[in-house]
Amino acid sequence: MSHLTELTLAQLQDTIQAKRASSVEITEAFLQRIESQNPTLNAFITVTAEQALAQAQAADARRAEGTASPVTGLPIAHKDLFCTAGVRTTCGSQMLADFVAPYDAHVVDQCNQAGMVMLGKLNMDEFAMGSSNENSFFGPVRNPWDLDRVPGGSSGGSAAAVCAGLTPIATGTDTGGSIRQPAALTGTSGLKPTYGRVSRFGMVAYASSLDQGGLIGHTAEDLAIGLQIISGHDTRDATCAAQAVPDYRAELGAPLTGLTIGLPREFFDARLAAAMQDKIQAVIQVFESLGASTRTVDLPHVAEAIPAYYVIAPAEASSNLSRFDGVRYGHRAADPVDLTDLYERSRAEGFGFEVKRRILIGTYALSEGYFDAYYKKAQQIRRLIQNDFQHAFASCDLILSPTTPSTAFAIGAKSEDPVAMYLEDIYTVATNLAGLPGGSFQAGLLDGLPVGYQLTGPAFSEARILNAAHQLQLATDWHQQHPEGFSHV
Amino acid sequence: MSLVAEDIRRVAKLARLGLTEAETTQTLEKLNAILALIDQMQSVDTDGVEPMAHPLELTQTLRPDAVTETNQRDLYQSVAPAAAEGLYLVPRVVE
Repeated sequence: MSHLTELTLAQLQDTIQAKRASSVEITEAFLQRIESQNPTLNAFITVTAEQALAQAQAADARRAEGTASPVTGLPIAHKDLFCTAGVRTTCGSQMLADFVAPYDAHVVDQCNQAGMVMLGKLNMDEFAMGSSNENSFFGPVRNPWDLDRVPGGSSGGSAAAVCAGLTPIATGTDTGGSIRQPAALTGTSGLKPTYGRVSRFGMVAYASSLDQGGLIGHTAEDLAIGLQIISGHDTRDATCAAQAVPDYRAELGAPLTGLTIGLPREFFDARLAAAMQDKIQAVIQVFESLGASTRTVDLPHVAEAIPAYYVIAPAEASSNLSRFDGVRYGHRAADPVDLTDLYERSRAEGFGFEVKRRILIGTYALSEGYFDAYYKKAQQIRRLIQNDFQHAFASCDLILSPTTPSTAFAIGAKSEDPVAMYLEDIYTVATNLAGLPGGSFQAGLLDGLPVGYQLTGPAFSEARILNAAHQLQLATDWHQQHPEGFSHV
Repeated sequence: MSLVAEDIRRVAKLARLGLTEAETTQTLEKLNAILALIDQMQSVDTDGVEPMAHPLELTQTLRPDAVTETNQRDLYQSVAPAAAEGLYLVPRVVE
């Protein structure tokens, strides 16, 4: 039998159901692997070994009683912006370094109720602002494929942990690409659901009209298992959709005959390096061999997605992050001389550079006299981008593109150049602006580093995206490639 | 549009974000590069386009007007840096 930490979530489910291993044995195997590998990767900020073993014992008891859910006893780890009662939630920031939330996020609640075992809290770019996981107060996460390279961000800890077998699945959040880009750079599968599919209750807010919780795992099948648990209506999030949740796993098996995949002209132009282009073409050929057809579609305003995003997201962030004032929770500066000094120094000490930059940009964009030129303009472009997608989906079922312009870059390569870092999200942000679901899946290796392809669909088409990616994974072995330094010998 | 140091100081004050002079200078160059990226928006003709505030343009769902939350003041204030007798403590505001 393969080592437990090498198995997918679906395989672990078979293992536990067939009683080949208990939840305690599975949990111990992952905790051991975290202990041996996390010092190198820095993927976890907090490991909750004691609580995990208690949850695992409870899960085994539940299985013995016959009251288990399909995922009872299976491990998961949460990005450290999902609030967890009794366990600190740092959001990768000094501001919240000692913050212990008084309640669980809805997503955490759902996992706990289903009997999943939480292994710990995962590293991330501070307040989910970044594409490299270098903006964490708790230090950068390293990419298991090459320790001198970034794992992507902001859900970098989630991606690295799944990639290296430290957890079989992890939650993440995606505001402009923060699940899909790290999934691509680590050779994992990642899904950003439709805006409103998953409750944002208890997720520390970055840009509320864009933020969406999702998952990173080994396979599309694993994402289907996880999405079943975390999606659905929650009255505590006014923007959470009251839309029925389909049986995601049951829909994985549908054949792809008759599926039309749109290829946006704007994403396959000369700016995409030839070697990346070849990898994506190989994916397209497999889809075609499975019965799908392809056609070129146009997204004429997609080039303006990055500029519009970097107005809307910082504007919403500047408003959301005003709650960190040193009064109600979070970091408080010592010996303030007056209230203004308390605010200004608590925020100056608690926030890192990228967070400060985005607060300043957002405050500027919303300040008197600039609203029409920036925020309103960006919202108008957002409408044009959504219209582009609606038009494209009139003639195709899913849209395929690269997830990122290149493979993982070196730690430090872009950290002093925010604009270069922002352009990392060139293929992913339009999906968020339009509120659509998108997934990134493995497209093989280029010079020893993973490449990802992205599927975007109409609102609430998660089942279709996972179905297509699953069928491709049945026909290829790209998702089974693992970094050599992290083989389970 | 290009910012000068005075703009950064004004915006930092609005955001209640303390910045040292050195940080202001370092920030200036980076914010101007970001604004140059953002200004690419101005090339798009958006005349008559309705701004889109939100991806799901649904009306708010209504719920029965019933009490669903209990008072958890003490729990929520347990994470405050300084609180006493149900109040958050801050430096004196009125002399």
